Amino acid sequence: MERNIVIPGDVVSDNVKMSGSGTYVHGDEVRASVYGLLNIGERYISVIPLAGKYIPHASDRVIGIITEVAYSNWIVDINSPYDGLLHISQYPRRIDSENMSRYLKVGDCILTMIASVDAGMKVELTLREKELRVLSDGRIVTINPTKMPRVIGRNGSMIRLLKSEIGCNMFVGQNGRIWINGSDDCIDLAIQTVRYIEDNAHTPGLTERVQAFLKAKEKTRYGKVHESRNDEE
Amino acid sequence: MSEKPEHFIVDGKRLDGRSVDELRPIKIELSPLDRADGSCYLEWGRNKIMAAVYGPRELHPRHRQNMTKAVVQYRYNMAAFSVDDRIRPGHSRRSIEISKVGRDAFEYVVFTKFFPKTAVDIFIEVLQADAGTRTAGINAASLALADAGIPMRGLVSACAVGKVDGEIVLDLMKEEDNFGEADVPIAMTAGGKITHLQMDGNLTKEEFYEALKLAKIGCDKVYKLQRQALIEKYNGEYAENGEDAMPQARIGDADE
Repeated sequence: MERNIVIPGDVVSDNVKMSGSGTYVHGDEVRASVYGLLNIGERYISVIPLAGKYIPHASDRVIGIITEVAYSNWIVDINSPYDGLLHISQYPRRIDSENMSRYLKVGDCILTMIASVDAGMKVELTLREKELRVLSDGRIVTINPTKMPRVIGRNGSMIRLLKSEIGCNMFVGQNGRIWINGSDDCIDLAIQTVRYIEDNAHTPGLTERVQAFLKAKEKTRYGKVHESRNDEE
Repeated sequence: MSEKPEHFIVDGKRLDGRSVDELRPIKIELSPLDRADGSCYLEWGRNKIMAAVYGPRELHPRHRQNMTKAVVQYRYNMAAFSVDDRIRPGHSRRSIEISKVGRDAFEYVVFTKFFPKTAVDIFIEVLQADAGTRTAGINAASLALADAGIPMRGLVSACAVGKVDGEIVLDLMKEEDNFGEADVPIAMTAGGKITHLQMDGNLTKEEFYEALKLAKIGCDKVYKLQRQALIEKYNGEYAENGEDAMPQARIGDADE
């Protein structure tokens, strides 16, 4: 796939019908609206931004942190300019509005899905969907949301690699938050690897690089285990 | 402050040796600030400008939110040490005006309707001033916006034109600004749409059109530098990872 760097205002196509995300139509030309990489698809031309905030869309799975317990709603930080609202009825079981904070209190993390976003950017969340839940263990790292697709990889290839190579459990939220669970060593390594992917997100052959990175890390990792055994003796 | 020179232009050369249609040297550094979403440090002659962009982010107080589009906030500020005489820190009549025209220069360009209820905050700090800080600020802000990944119609490039010794010159320096006959800062997109134009002093109609033509040439030069800086930033990061540089895309054609 050919990938060029474009800046806002660059003409990317003469076919108005090809205008995809990150582009706009001016007269009979398609122009880039963001600074990023040009992605020429079969039906659309889009620009993949190099930076930017997460903008919520319905049915995105995100990781949120409760910031406030309001009357019959939890207000959730979803790493976006807009707050998420989790209504009491969207909690998996029926609970009374008086003891809401017994189930979810400020600071709790949830794996949630965006149920709907209206024109006024009111973001409604839900926990009533399989695999959605309250996160009670593990760790969360935040990366730039524009780099998130690279952590997942094509059809989930990267995340499968990470899970099998590192041996930890992972969930990548659309909003750039990544939940990792496993032993402390595994989590540390997973975080390092995620950071590595973030730093090298725009390079080709990323999967091979990550494999090499993990192989290099593995050596030092076993080296450390060995040392600590010596200390015990 | 220096005295008024007898002649601004001697043998076609200006006080600092430039010709009438020459810009001062420009140096651009992208993303110097880690905490900002996008930032740019720009040196233009002896001007030193830091621009930071935050957002789109939640806007407070709530009543200033616009339900249909993002609000662009622009704050131009001069450091107390940016000029010979210390200037009183904080907002002044002048900085409020420059903040207002700066904001107006970007409201047309940024796709504000994509982010209702939010704010896009642009901060311009003038660390060292030597005439033309509002145009330098707009150039830096434009790059910081692109760096923050904010969607916009195109980059805004700005430069000043003026009149000294009865001649129209590009990019006024301190002495020309203080003792010259006119100062016209202009900002425009790559397509030539003007988003900012002010005029201090008097020009005849003919002189004004000549000035506009010169400003277009200046802005094109600035645009090329801005474009180059953005492409180099990416290629630089790319080269660090041992890959070849990326080819460039086509420059936007002029508007009709």
